[in-house]
Amino acid sequence: MNYHWNWDIFFTETPSGSTTYLGWMLSGLQITIALSLSAWLLALMIGVLMGVLRTVPNRWLSGIAAFYVEVFRNIPLLVQLFIWYFVLPELLPASVGDAFKSLNPMLQQFLAAMVCLALFTGARVCEQVRSGINSLSRGQKAAGLALGLTLPQTYRYVILPMAIRIILPPLTSEFLNIFKNSAVCSTIGLLELAAQSRQLVDYTAQPYESFIAVTVMYMMINVVVMFLMHRLEARVRVPGTMGGH
Amino acid sequence: MYEFDWSSIPGAMPYLLKGMWITLEILAVAVLVGIVWGTLLALMRMSPFKPLSLFAASYVNLFRSIPLVMVLLWFFLIVPSFLVDIFDIPRSTDTRLVSAMFAFAMFEAAYYSEIIRAGIRSVSGGQLGACYALGMTYAQAMRLIILPQAFRNMVPLLLTQGIILFQDTSLVYVSSLADFFGTAYQVGSRDGRLVELLLFSGAVYFIISFSASLLVKYYQKRKPA
Repeated sequence: MNYHWNWDIFFTETPSGSTTYLGWMLSGLQITIALSLSAWLLALMIGVLMGVLRTVPNRWLSGIAAFYVEVFRNIPLLVQLFIWYFVLPELLPASVGDAFKSLNPMLQQFLAAMVCLALFTGARVCEQVRSGINSLSRGQKAAGLALGLTLPQTYRYVILPMAIRIILPPLTSEFLNIFKNSAVCSTIGLLELAAQSRQLVDYTAQPYESFIAVTVMYMMINVVVMFLMHRLEARVRVPGTMGGH
Repeated sequence: MYEFDWSSIPGAMPYLLKGMWITLEILAVAVLVGIVWGTLLALMRMSPFKPLSLFAASYVNLFRSIPLVMVLLWFFLIVPSFLVDIFDIPRSTDTRLVSAMFAFAMFEAAYYSEIIRAGIRSVSGGQLGACYALGMTYAQAMRLIILPQAFRNMVPLLLTQGIILFQDTSLVYVSSLADFFGTAYQVGSRDGRLVELLLFSGAVYFIISFSASLLVKYYQKRKPA
């Protein structure tokens, strides 16, 4: 192999001027982080709501939640993304579809990507929440109800605070996954981190430097997320469980 | 309101089936190679020999911390030049399928190895001691006693991972390889019927993955605990 390494490309100005190739990468990193965090917040809300619905004693509500999970778990993320981005604007009423299509293209991509990642991840969070709730002893719910709490109050004050603390470790891995899955959104043209790596290759013809730099950035995101989640886990650990000291 | 027109799908069936065949080829290679290489990685990781376990741990953590899209881009970059250098094949050969198979196999092995490691750990430790007491070597104990039991415990997880992999193969889209999804997309944009073709491909993935997951559940229920 006679490959010419040239790490200086990152400090070279881009053809459009005003920034360096490193600047491009950092802007991609920003989009990756903004996309993943916003989608994660939505996914948590959807996941907790659906997870609760799956466990309530009402066949209709738990059926809706089960349907949601099966649909979003059994269609590839890429296909879901394309459906949000290419199909849905066509199927919506013309006024809404046209309003979406008249948005700034980058905003269109970002919104489609965010909704897609949020619902995709929400289905996984829902299953974690459900298994967390089911892992609690049945007595907890009965005790809540016996104390005169309503079912929503029992969920709010007794079941969910326990269940969420129990499922924090698996949630961490879903949180890591959302950053990795956000790379799929490069396929609709969103200029996030993975897309920037390809753009860098096209412009600089230095594929190895570009890919190495972007790969290292993803690994750094991983390390930071794991560090923060471990600290959170340590803070909210349930005393007296295997994890608690 | 949007007017659906599904008429381009029947005519495109031969292409779509060919695309599905490529998807299944990638899946089969990735599952088989992934499980074999994943088993080796799991054994290495549990080895008392430090460099070996360190290598396996770094391999698994590396692959698990980068997006599959990046892994695919890496392999589409590296594998072709590798093949050209070693096997002396002409540069114009289409190496995308081989690259995709290689990428998925290497990537999945990292995930399989974690499942397999958990499976090996689920076999009681006394069994290895019993094997040694019977005069077996470590290799014999693993091959004849530990791994067969571990795999039996792992079947549902391995299959579930296979369903995830089946869906993930659609990501070969980044190399514009004509797998099932890639073909559906191409037919859709050719005929101006992207909406129908994307919905159709979503439905096909759903039906296959959902039925497979029902089979896994059925297997789990039937299996004596």
